Amino acid sequence: MTFNYFLLLLSGVKITLALALLALLLGLTLGLVGAMAEFSRHKLIRYFFISYHSIIRGVPELLVIFFVYFGSSQVLNLFFTHPINVNPFAAGFIALGLLFGAYASQTIRGAFLTIHASQIDSGRALALTKWQTFYLIKLPQAWRYALPGLSNLWLVLLKDTALVSLIGCSELMMQTQAAAITTQQPFIFYAVAALIYLALTSISEGVFYWCHRSSTHT
Amino acid sequence: MMITITYIEQLFSGVYLTLQLLFCSILLGLLLAIALTLMRLSAQRYLVGVAKVYIFVIRGTPLLIQFFLIYYGLSQFETIRNSIFWILLQKPFACAILALAINTSAYTSVLLKGAVDAIPKGEFEAARALGMSWFLMMRRIILPRAFRIALPAYSNEVVMVLKGTSLASTITIMELFGVTKQIIAETYADIQYMLLAGLIYFILNAVIMWGFRYAESSLAITASSNR
Repeated sequence: MTFNYFLLLLSGVKITLALALLALLLGLTLGLVGAMAEFSRHKLIRYFFISYHSIIRGVPELLVIFFVYFGSSQVLNLFFTHPINVNPFAAGFIALGLLFGAYASQTIRGAFLTIHASQIDSGRALALTKWQTFYLIKLPQAWRYALPGLSNLWLVLLKDTALVSLIGCSELMMQTQAAAITTQQPFIFYAVAALIYLALTSISEGVFYWCHRSSTHT
Repeated sequence: MMITITYIEQLFSGVYLTLQLLFCSILLGLLLAIALTLMRLSAQRYLVGVAKVYIFVIRGTPLLIQFFLIYYGLSQFETIRNSIFWILLQKPFACAILALAINTSAYTSVLLKGAVDAIPKGEFEAARALGMSWFLMMRRIILPRAFRIALPAYSNEVVMVLKGTSLASTITIMELFGVTKQIIAETYADIQYMLLAGLIYFILNAVIMWGFRYAESSLAITASSNR
């Protein structure tokens, strides 16, 4: 009988991975935009992104997730007459993406700072536009330095998906809680969930090791 | 804003509980981290292995699972309920401190090991040449030096513990986040009280970072004056 509950846990893993991958997409975009914004000439853009990453990094992740979930439904209810409920999955991956983006912007900014100014100058000497220098010169070089930091952030992201269970998203943690409460055997189910998270992090570390090997071809 | 005045007492008790959780788990976590670092640096292979497995497991699993494993998981077993540990383990506050301390000990021991690796090998050799035992060398020379090196990174770890205390609200502890959820349940003013809680966490964050920066500057001055 407990075997069926283990299958339930595996269905939760699908949602966990979907959450994490969508949040990674959103977070990488926000991180790139945030990193570029801190180099911008316009004070407003710079201060907006600096305050964004300072606030998100200074506040507990649970608070960000709850704020996005409950706050967005409250704000939407102000504009529309009938009550709108935000999907916990959507609120979850948006909140996790915001969290990832705040930390990632600092990692990517650090990676961009390692690029020597002569690289940018040679791009301008070859008459490349700003976007072309970014895409052809800066990004491939910065990617190598950003990878270790980003891999750490991905591992943190995987573990933070467990927090989304607290707003009702049926990912791995919530299925584990359901199984534990029904069978009155919490230890075995939480231990198996811990092993599944360990497996996910180990596989991720293997993938990143392969990425690091393939990106540092000398 | 008038409504906030009536809830100030609850908010204060929540912040007090958060700070209690923070201090107790940092203290216990630091002791565990020192023990773990010594295990990783020891000459016995099995001690190094045990420490590595512990660090791998604790760093690879979410803090929420560690909370639930200790609070809900351990209470499942008859032997634990009848043992002497039950006096402590039945209280959610003790379980929260245990979970937070175990979690931070794994991350902190990685920081300390990195700091010990940054100490020049000459210090180890000089201590051995002076006839110090391994424990005396660790206690008097290596660990104090390692703490000074690891201090900036450790401030980030303390901030992570502060954020981890918000998870204690899931095992029925009424610290700041739990109190906020309770107030929101009564008043339905989500955004207002979540912004307030965020502000309080941000201020606590700033105080911790300021304290560590002060500690860094005072320790660096002492270190350079001893040269």
